[in-house]
Amino acid sequence: MPISMKNEAAIAGIGQTTYSKNSGVSELALACEAVSRCIDDAGISPSEVDGLVSYTLESSDEIEVAQNVGLGDLTMYSQVNYGGGAAVGLIQQAVMAVATGAANNVVVWRAMNGRSGRRMGQGASGVMMSSDLIHWSWYQVYGMLTPVSWVTLIANKYMHHYGVTAEHLAEVAIAQREYALNNPAAFGYGKPLSLDEYMNARMVSAPLRLYDCCQETDGGCALLITSTERARDMRQSPAVIRAVSQASTRGQEQMTSFYRDDMLSLPEMELAARRVYDMSGLGPDDIDAACLYDAFTTEVVMQLESFGFCQPGEAKDFVADGNLRLDGRLPNNTHGGLLSEAYIHGINNIAEGVRLVRGQSFNQPAKAEHVLVSSGVGVPTGALILGRD
Amino acid sequence: MEQSSRIKPPMGPDNGWWWQEVANDVLPIQRCKNCQVLRHPPRPMCDQCRSMEWDFVRAGGGGAVFSYTVLEHPQFPGYSYPIIIVLVDLEEGTRITAELVDCDPGEVEFGMAVTVRIQEDSDGFKLPVFYPVIAQEGE
Ligand SMILES: [Zn+2]
Repeated sequence: MPISMKNEAAIAGIGQTTYSKNSGVSELALACEAVSRCIDDAGISPSEVDGLVSYTLESSDEIEVAQNVGLGDLTMYSQVNYGGGAAVGLIQQAVMAVATGAANNVVVWRAMNGRSGRRMGQGASGVMMSSDLIHWSWYQVYGMLTPVSWVTLIANKYMHHYGVTAEHLAEVAIAQREYALNNPAAFGYGKPLSLDEYMNARMVSAPLRLYDCCQETDGGCALLITSTERARDMRQSPAVIRAVSQASTRGQEQMTSFYRDDMLSLPEMELAARRVYDMSGLGPDDIDAACLYDAFTTEVVMQLESFGFCQPGEAKDFVADGNLRLDGRLPNNTHGGLLSEAYIHGINNIAEGVRLVRGQSFNQPAKAEHVLVSSGVGVPTGALILGRD
Repeated sequence: MEQSSRIKPPMGPDNGWWWQEVANDVLPIQRCKNCQVLRHPPRPMCDQCRSMEWDFVRAGGGGAVFSYTVLEHPQFPGYSYPIIIVLVDLEEGTRITAELVDCDPGEVEFGMAVTVRIQEDSDGFKLPVFYPVIAQEGE
């Protein structure tokens, strides 16, 4: 009988730095601040933390963070690959550690100077040799150097096939910006976005415009995962991890899964959906709110179908009907998301999932018993269902 | 002076041969020697039969636009904008990512017939690009 991950662990602490365009401090400093705040939020001592997980993109080593924050002896540490696709994977690593006893209290984090430092998609020229560099080279040689340039080939095919228009995408962007207006930590705080502004903004990678794209952010965010039992004795009410899974499928590439027969769905996200629904015993009808990964507006639309909230091709109508709003069927990214809060590679969307379950969101829906969170779209990814204890 | 050349691919055992063929004005498609299945982008192993023996066929160059985007921003040195990027379904099978040239960005369409040309940059680097097949008058 395999060890179950269902309901074994909970997120008991969240911590974040200020999100800005120029932090003025090192990525290590951001990491330490986020981790430290997360431990305080849980109300435990740093010496009780014995596991650490982050992204392969992270520039700060676990032992550097441990030294700075004064963590205890570490018995589990690992990193997860694939940029924003890693976010939920961090939680899976932590849950496995907690369920097996490899560690008791695991902190996962991401901290980056994503605007003032090394920006995503700046390309790499070919001196070193690896299968990863060869992968990117097929695209860089033609000038495809940014995430939006890769994403749009899939987005445009989907939009053309199902008749998705700029107005549909604008609704995703504007709904999330309106959430951000109430979130003081968000880039979009105090900055309303009108349909005119959306439409008149520059084309980036046609048909995607500026406001279809997420922020570039300096900041850090951390989460503490522990057993559900221990979480009940900590400071906050636990966000119980009902189910979590990573997901990568046949034909999977990093951002460029262009060679599958059709490109009208996200097979890796469908796998993630099957996994978390099976593990939790829940279905789309049980999900009250979501934080669907939103590096680009089209990703939100496509995922509504992956997770069974709509039939193929119907997500555009679901969006147009206002279902992502606070009084809609599925309030989504109620903090503003990657589009309008901050881009911390998706870990900040998990933090909002925790706030929703706790009842602490700046835009708290009437019901948030179960919240779905996904990680990066178009990369090896994963999904997570959080529930109220 | 502005950097005038595109980012070149690293040339390893799994991809260098492909660029070498392009430098000889050929658009190659890797083929499994064991099961004859074509594959692109090139890889060391056939995912159908796990053979590591392969050769290649010369693509005729014809194909159809499966999807596209027009890159307008941000603009990097070494490239001229706007850039039309296309996924082309080749007539032989397999799909390739490349630039579409000789086409107004407003004219590109899904399913559009295109054909390949090996383009040479001013620094001598060669790469495949596609251009629209215009139906001859009277056809
Ligand atoms: Zn074969």
